[in-house]
Amino acid sequence: MTVLNTSNDPKALTMTVVSQLEASPEQVWQVWEDPRKLERWWGPPTFPATFTRHEFVPGGQSRYFMTGPAGETPRGWWRIDTLDPPHGIEFANGLAGDDGEPVPGVEPMAGRVILEERDGGTRMTVMTMFTDVEQMQKMLEMGMQEGMVEALRQIDAVLHTVTV
Amino acid sequence: MVVDQLTDEETDRIFHALGTATRRDILERAIREEQAQSVSALARRYSMSFAAVQKHVAVLERAGLVVKEPRGREQIVHAELQTIRKAMALLAAYEQLWTGRVARISDILANDEGSRNDGSQHKQ
Repeated sequence: MTVLNTSNDPKALTMTVVSQLEASPEQVWQVWEDPRKLERWWGPPTFPATFTRHEFVPGGQSRYFMTGPAGETPRGWWRIDTLDPPHGIEFANGLAGDDGEPVPGVEPMAGRVILEERDGGTRMTVMTMFTDVEQMQKMLEMGMQEGMVEALRQIDAVLHTVTV
Repeated sequence: MVVDQLTDEETDRIFHALGTATRRDILERAIREEQAQSVSALARRYSMSFAAVQKHVAVLERAGLVVKEPRGREQIVHAELQTIRKAMALLAAYEQLWTGRVARISDILANDEGSRNDGSQHKQ
């Protein structure tokens, strides 16, 4: 199992995913730095991502769009805040409008990635901090409807067993 | 009873309600029952007007996250745990997105093995 641990704090609106990857931190760094690799994993298979810009330097900007099953193309952006190759990335991730540029006045979410050499591989910790929760829902809706429906189904199943 | 899935409208209300630190704090206090407080006690705590706190509580109430229970002349704010669980489900959905991403990263790293000569160790 690649994902070791996930934790959610629904009040602070943060989510942390800890995973163990069978590669060096330098190799893992590549999947974040190289836009052709990045677009192979950022979107789910039903919503592949295309990065049209990816400046992987502090202060650098990225632009991407996703392509949904019905041909819809929701757009998003990144801004790299800090980089500590190959161990740390801090970036903002927000929604873009039809012109591909950030929607003014809409808060991005903050992402922090930590890569540590561990057990012959890399321990990758990704923390997402939602500063604006309405935005969180929109980000969720961007290319992950199916996953969301599935998760809600799971929680509903749990609630069902509790309330019966 | 069967618990319905959240409608878009309900989800909007929950996220809107959780959108400010004050409301999240009020909710957190409501969840810890021993700290359940009246609207007027909350107003003193946040050094804001009774009307302002009442407004925050009303937003939480519309989202189904809290209910107000009359006690004497006071209104005590209680958490609605079922709805909070639904908010948690939305975070769980986000978690699922990342679980998928990690699996894909893992595949890329496995498939691209040997295609790079950056001096890294070789693993299966």
